[in-house]
Amino acid sequence: MKKLVVLVLSLAMVFTCVGILTACGGSGGSEEGSDDSAMKVGFICLHDENSTYDLNFINGAKEACENLGISEENYMIKTNIPEGQECYDAAAELVDAGCGIIFADSFGHEDYMIQAAKDFPDVQFCHSTGTKAHTEGLDNYHNAFASIYEGRYLAGVAAGLKLNEMIDNGDITPEEAKIGYVGAFTYAEVISGYTSFFLGARSICESATMEVTFTGSWYDDTAEKEGANKLIGDGCVLISQHADSMGAPTACEKAGVPDVSYNGSTVDACPNTFIVSSRINWAPYYEYAIAAAQNGEAIDTDWTGNLETGSVVLTEVNEKAAAKGTQEKIDEVKAQLEAGEVHVFDASAITVKGKPLDSYEADVDTDPDYTPDTEAVADGYFHESEFRSAPYFDVQIDGIELLDTSF
Amino acid sequence: MSKASKSSKEPLIHITKRKTMAWQKAWLIRIASIVAALIVCAIVTTSATGLDPFSVFSKILEGAFGSERKIWILGKETAVLLCISVAMAPAFRMKFWNLGGEGQVLIGAWMTAACMIYLGDKVPTPILILISLIGATAIGAVWAGIPAFFKARWNTNETLFTLMMNYVAIQLVAYYIIIWESPKGSGKVGIINQATNAGWLPSIGSYQYLLNILVVAAVTVLMYIYLQYSKHGYEIAVVGESQSTARYVGIKVDRVIIRTLLLSGGICGLCGFLMVAGTDHTITTTLAGGRGFLGVLVAWLAQFNPLAMVLVSLLLCVLSRGAGEISTAFGLNQSFGDILTGIILFFIIGSEFFINYRINFRGSTKAVKDAKNAGKEGGLH
Repeated sequence: MKKLVVLVLSLAMVFTCVGILTACGGSGGSEEGSDDSAMKVGFICLHDENSTYDLNFINGAKEACENLGISEENYMIKTNIPEGQECYDAAAELVDAGCGIIFADSFGHEDYMIQAAKDFPDVQFCHSTGTKAHTEGLDNYHNAFASIYEGRYLAGVAAGLKLNEMIDNGDITPEEAKIGYVGAFTYAEVISGYTSFFLGARSICESATMEVTFTGSWYDDTAEKEGANKLIGDGCVLISQHADSMGAPTACEKAGVPDVSYNGSTVDACPNTFIVSSRINWAPYYEYAIAAAQNGEAIDTDWTGNLETGSVVLTEVNEKAAAKGTQEKIDEVKAQLEAGEVHVFDASAITVKGKPLDSYEADVDTDPDYTPDTEAVADGYFHESEFRSAPYFDVQIDGIELLDTSF
Repeated sequence: MSKASKSSKEPLIHITKRKTMAWQKAWLIRIASIVAALIVCAIVTTSATGLDPFSVFSKILEGAFGSERKIWILGKETAVLLCISVAMAPAFRMKFWNLGGEGQVLIGAWMTAACMIYLGDKVPTPILILISLIGATAIGAVWAGIPAFFKARWNTNETLFTLMMNYVAIQLVAYYIIIWESPKGSGKVGIINQATNAGWLPSIGSYQYLLNILVVAAVTVLMYIYLQYSKHGYEIAVVGESQSTARYVGIKVDRVIIRTLLLSGGICGLCGFLMVAGTDHTITTTLAGGRGFLGVLVAWLAQFNPLAMVLVSLLLCVLSRGAGEISTAFGLNQSFGDILTGIILFFIIGSEFFINYRINFRGSTKAVKDAKNAGKEGGLH
């Protein structure tokens, strides 16, 4: 008898709860549309401000909205959205809230954004770092990236100068100029990043070599810290990273090893070892895409920002850790890159198993079997981010040793 | 009999087991604890963020119930948590500490993903769904059955064993993600069969998440009936009370342990199947996302009653959806929502203490009486 009472009571509770709250919800929905005329903008982030990668996106989003005069009520940022059905749900909720354009920041969000783009054809969906827009054929689904390999190359120049300084001071011999690099995954985005960084460093310090370790995660503080410590233990005298926590920079600060950071300055946490950081500034893309959506104009299927658009930027050089003349040298090489006098993936600077890189079929159109489909080497250099915005340079060049590729 | 000797023996605070409390009073304590929790949340909110606590609370509710879609998402999330909690119920009632829900869900999800990937273009979808369902349930059952077998046969520690099985499942999934990933090296499987929808559970009308919710509702009701009214349910309760008694009355304890864990793991496997074939259509190592452990909390809070689990898992999902909403609306970090959830859970768990025990101060005569009554009624339950 008592159990029956409990049962009835529980059910009654459930129904009243749902009833009351649904009623609440019903009225709550209409409150939001205070300014219905303005198109709202939505952003979906994998993590929150604690991730250097997402912080960089969030800052870009805020800057773009401010520049376009979009008030705080009219843009929404959803953080900690996993790369699963939650991404679709978040996109759909943003559509319900009145967003006319929605951005997502993580590679694994792509399939769910495509799903949402199919279900909501009147809303524009823009996905950073994705690879499928040019083959999906949807009018309202777009990819964007930036020629960050140029930024990495410039950061590599700063690293090369630091290595030379260490050699000149007699701290290390030229043969000991080994760089360590903590990467997340083993696909083109990361390979393109560490290779361009290495080429930048080697353009200054000829004897430089590099070891790369992988964590198998975009955000794993412990693994990134351990990775950096392992590389330092292996004799790496300078570290850089392509993963999103503070793990590697803080490990470097503790060990007193110079670090070239990514996604933004880490000088506050690492005042003695931070040299410089390259990052993508997303604000120019956001401004372009939001303005296009507001005016009903088409958005590029693939948009690649570069040094000129202000999408690829370097932070201030930390004089305390960097070699003398770093800023001047960066400015000089930057001018050469912009003028097209220097190409990051210059085929003459690259050998693969001792052979020059004179031809390479890249996998530009994503398919399950990774079939190479596009010749990317022409005019003496590898044409990165030209056939689609996301990187496709995945050549394993001489001078770089990969560790832990199966995580 | 001197006064001095009496006071030195009796401590200031004395905790005694209560007699069974009238349900009205128990619910009064529960409601009071939630009110107290909300007051503390309000104080923390205002002092830490300077925001009006009522607007934060209303945003939490709006995040959970603010639109039709939000209610569906809440239903989907609640169904997952409820399914895992219900799976835990029989094992925990038997006092078998199954902490392997995470792994059992994941391995079921893995089996479903494997079927969808390898058989997607070979067999028609209805048959593929059937194969995935059977495969996922079976492998979930095996995943829980292995520690149960060792427990029954050699009395190994099930807490450690089931925990360890979680890591085996996570590593296995991580390994297969590298085989299935697209593009190579990205560590992402992406949506499986996005173009063909092979092996996807159908939507009921335009309600994408309804099928999952209905399946879990059915499982919950069946589990309630199974535990309350079946012979198996009775055997589980007896084994949980005392294995010796169970043996004495002729229950085959080994068999009950293994049978119950096969059921528990099978339902977890089913949950993994529902997530991969029904909603997410992908596989990641974090698919279960800690809900294998959260389900343990739900099961305990609901005192292993499947119907009470509906309420508890709904509450937890409302709080978690609300936490996401306040981080979007107020620019607060999601951790702030987690802090509020922690405070509320702390009070709810605390209220169960006051329902089960009485705190007596020195000199109270009622305490002695209660203690005697508790003694008469026998041990804890």
